Amino acid sequence: MLAAILVMAGIAVAIGLALGWSAIRFKVEGNPLAEKIDAILPQTQCGQCGFLGCRPYAEAIAKGEADINLCPPGGEEGVKKLADLLGVEPKPLDETHGAPKPKSVAFIDEQTCIGCTLCIQACPVDAISGAAKQMHTIIAAECTGCELCLPPCPVDCITMVPIAEDLPHWKWKHPVVMLKQVSGDSSA
Amino acid sequence: MSRELFKFKGGVHPPEHKAESNARPVRAAPLPKKLVIPLRQHIGSPAKPLVSVGDRVLKGQMIGEADGTISAAVHASSSGIVSAVDQQPVPHISGLPDLCISIETDGRDEWVEHRPLDYRALAPADLRIRLRDLGLAGLGGAVFPSAVKLDPGAAQHCPTLIINGGECEPWITCDDVLMRTRADEILQGVAIMRHLLGSTEILVGIEDNKPEAIAAMQAAAARMDFAAEIMVVPARYPGGGAKQMIQVLTGREVPSGKLSTDIGIQVFNVGTAYALARAVHHGEPLISRLVTVTGHVLRPQNFEVLIGTPMHALITLAGDRDGTTGVLMGGPMMGMPMPNLDVPVVKATNCILVQSAELFPPLPKALPCIRCTRCADACPAELQPQELFRFAKAGDFGRAQEYHLFDCIECGCCSYVCPSHIPLVDFYRYAKSEIWTREKDKRAADLARERHEFRQFRQEREKKEKAEKLAAKAQAKRAELAAAPDAGGAAPSEADAKKALIAAALARAQAKKAETAPKNTDHLPPGTQREIEEIEARRAKIRELARQPLESDEKP
Amino acid sequence: MPSPFILDRSSVTQVMAWVLAALLPGIAVYVWAFGPGILVTLALATVTALAAEAAMLKARGYPAKPFLADLSAIVTAWLLALSLPSLAPWWLIVTGTLFAIVVAKHLYGGLGQNIFNPAMVGYAVLIVSFPAQMTQWAAPLELTSAPLTLAQSAAVIFGGDVPKATLDAVTMATPLDALRTGLLQQHTVDEIMAQPIFGHYGGVGFEWLAAAFLLGGLVLWALRIVGWQVPLAFLAGIWLTAGFLHFFDAGRFGAPWFHLFAPSVMLGAFFIATDPVSGATTPRGKLIFGFGAGFLTVVIRTWGGYPDGVAFAILLMNLCVPLIDQYTQPRIYGGAKKTKAPSA
Ligand code: SF4
Ligand code: SF4
Ligand code: SF4
Ligand code: SF4
Repeated sequence: MLAAILVMAGIAVAIGLALGWSAIRFKVEGNPLAEKIDAILPQTQCGQCGFLGCRPYAEAIAKGEADINLCPPGGEEGVKKLADLLGVEPKPLDETHGAPKPKSVAFIDEQTCIGCTLCIQACPVDAISGAAKQMHTIIAAECTGCELCLPPCPVDCITMVPIAEDLPHWKWKHPVVMLKQVSGDSSA
Repeated sequence: MSRELFKFKGGVHPPEHKAESNARPVRAAPLPKKLVIPLRQHIGSPAKPLVSVGDRVLKGQMIGEADGTISAAVHASSSGIVSAVDQQPVPHISGLPDLCISIETDGRDEWVEHRPLDYRALAPADLRIRLRDLGLAGLGGAVFPSAVKLDPGAAQHCPTLIINGGECEPWITCDDVLMRTRADEILQGVAIMRHLLGSTEILVGIEDNKPEAIAAMQAAAARMDFAAEIMVVPARYPGGGAKQMIQVLTGREVPSGKLSTDIGIQVFNVGTAYALARAVHHGEPLISRLVTVTGHVLRPQNFEVLIGTPMHALITLAGDRDGTTGVLMGGPMMGMPMPNLDVPVVKATNCILVQSAELFPPLPKALPCIRCTRCADACPAELQPQELFRFAKAGDFGRAQEYHLFDCIECGCCSYVCPSHIPLVDFYRYAKSEIWTREKDKRAADLARERHEFRQFRQEREKKEKAEKLAAKAQAKRAELAAAPDAGGAAPSEADAKKALIAAALARAQAKKAETAPKNTDHLPPGTQREIEEIEARRAKIRELARQPLESDEKP
Repeated sequence: MPSPFILDRSSVTQVMAWVLAALLPGIAVYVWAFGPGILVTLALATVTALAAEAAMLKARGYPAKPFLADLSAIVTAWLLALSLPSLAPWWLIVTGTLFAIVVAKHLYGGLGQNIFNPAMVGYAVLIVSFPAQMTQWAAPLELTSAPLTLAQSAAVIFGGDVPKATLDAVTMATPLDALRTGLLQQHTVDEIMAQPIFGHYGGVGFEWLAAAFLLGGLVLWALRIVGWQVPLAFLAGIWLTAGFLHFFDAGRFGAPWFHLFAPSVMLGAFFIATDPVSGATTPRGKLIFGFGAGFLTVVIRTWGGYPDGVAFAILLMNLCVPLIDQYTQPRIYGGAKKTKAPSA
């Protein structure tokens, strides 16, 4: 009896040591939660989530102060990824913060632009080039489509242009071929 | 054959259907009224247009120049007037248009001045630039710019040169016919490749279902002043795949994620060798190629076709028939359906395969995977297609990559044998393109994050500088005040002046706007109006949020 | 619809049809050696399976035709029927088949999704729930004086009025049962083997049955419908394990040949363990899967609570399939010599 107890205790201690050792040995280094969350957020920096940008929102999620479904540019997929990361149930996007839209870039009507620099100050990623009293242009490759430059423009010369699908951006669609989806047209 | 052949794993034996088209002699397709020449005909960056509407161009004139290292030039296939430089339908499964140069031909087929190159006298780097400017790209299907592949790189030489005459896809016979009729020129092209790559061993692999081509190539090889071994390999799809050809001829495998040159082997298609010979010995750019037109047509055969010729012209030439259900570019295993028949023949067009319901019965509906692993047995890349399928279907792209999704050569063997008729390759293409898109999105997000962080850093710095300046000013003012107690009267501040300026500009702009048609602010549909209001509200909220820390910062 | 645009002629229906065809020699020998009762069992299981399959497809919103036409339900039915005692009562057959199709197949997601072999799940449920009825094996005709006709077999199966004496005369313990009971009664293997039911290798009649299944299995192998890995590894697993035990104590452990030719082994090796859906998929994985099932079969037969272990062994190995597959991913073209197991 005593022997059995000793053996069991011995095994427990051994396993405990092994677990402890491996916890130290295989510790996942670095990037704290907020960084991982930030990596998932789309970086549109639009503020629709109610925070000053993606990073503050990431920090709020990490601290448990914000829900995971507030970012419209990230869409349902973004919510799902966050849920995966945090090990919680995904939930539908909170529509009060806006609905996802097709990805667009801002376009400045250069005829109307008065060169007031107000949009430059608003752009979170410095995607607008131009100087005072010179007409401004959007660097399309850097524009995140956040729409923050629209309201400040006093002459409303900025419009959002959806990114059209062209050959280099074309992608293969998910094949819809399995029988379940086509069950409607079977004769059965 | 003294040399030992090796085997590649997997593969299938689809019905060959080669005899339909390889018996008739090659015929030159007539000059069409209009040529449409896409600027993106090769892998890499598209060519940059050099001509504009109204220009007269000559046959062989460069109309688009190579842009960057991995690129190739494009040329006018005949003389005429440039009628458009715009988006036109191109041979791509999506049906999306791409930038093309359209030429109204004048029927004179007038050549631009061109002369042979003395390849031995030119420095290799110069020769490669010449070849790039002659628009050479691999004609086996991948259309990789040949000049890049002819660079042996740091190693200075690539010991083994393989010339691929496999042509394993059913129906296609353009390489077969090319080898039968132009073997000498193919080998002249090989001589140039050998020169550029410094290869010591030259192996020409031809599948054993092309006896005439083998005989012609052997005879030609005997006439050459270098040793080129013609090797007869057993016909099995996809034996003409570069990796499979390498394995069969040398017994070596291209390491996953590496290039064949990393193991000292370079592979070219016979058509590329021929085009190279034309380019060097005649100075002719790549403006035509052999195209097999076969399937549901009256006279399946091979045509010498100018790049830019519309596909429907070729089908008419071969005799179109009723009951056509579709047209493929390429063979039945890897070919792509064409969205319409106005699309032009491009450098990659080796075959135009006209489908009919008898030749290509509609594929049966897919059943679930029963994990029978026939696909794995057939996969020449030795993958586990059933697992890749499972992950791709579930959207688990990470796992799909771990199971070597990117080693899949999209040969279609797995779909071909699957008893459940699952279009497996479709799922792999979908998964690959999804992964690429995500990587692109990720890069864009990283860029945005970086720029956003930099901006914050800049703002922080500016704020600090401003605060310092203010403090200094206040100090000075206080000193001033102390010196002259009753010098008063507020001067109009700078800010007011600025505001006035903006207001003036605003008035000007609005006047101008009223002249030009009102854009997007008047008569807005209620939805848009609401959206704008939302944005405004959000904006206000942000400003609010932004102000708080700012103010608290500035207080002390 | 992108490439490829041509398909091999193979189809699930064709694969399943070959499996059924390859079972025919076994069924013929069954009839010849044990009487026509098995035909009633087969028919009953087939009808039940098709009905259950159709009902489940309808309930799950799938089209019935293509899935019924794939014949996989019939394969399940036949495999179960051939594993059951040939004079098992009708409700046993129906229950087993229903369980196999409804629970083991469709509740796991239908064709291609079941992690356990449906026929073996049905069998396991029956032997756990109704051990007594699962011993009503028809005696080999060689050993009975008055074999049952087709009508009489049907009567027995459908619970007709059959005098107990008649029933006792035509049923008999299988060799494995006999061995087990004998060993429990402290007889040695040699003593037990002297009983009339034991033939040269396995048991009277059973040997021929095993040989016929082996023949059918070889046909499937020749047609490349089953690979060589699973059957060979399965038989090797049984032979080596049994041989090892027999070598150490021939008095307590049956001979390896006896284990190989006992009922259900050949059927299991070529028709059940090779079920692609619930089996391992990698070449090395198939070897491990087969060998493991063989090993466990002998272990269960020797120390387990039931006379035969094929069903339980295969079900246990089914459980391990994801693990086996993951750790036996083969080297790919151009891959490193040793590929690391992909992470979970
Ligand atoms: S809503 Fe905008 S700012 Fe907020 S996380 Fe999403 S993209 Fe970033
Ligand atoms: S240009 Fe406008 S829409 Fe684009 S990132 Fe800057 S503020 Fe956002
Ligand atoms: S061939 Fe088809 S059914 Fe068989 S394992 Fe591969 S994908 Fe599944
Ligand atoms: S398409 Fe890809 S997975 Fe399928 S057989 Fe070819 S290489 Fe293998």
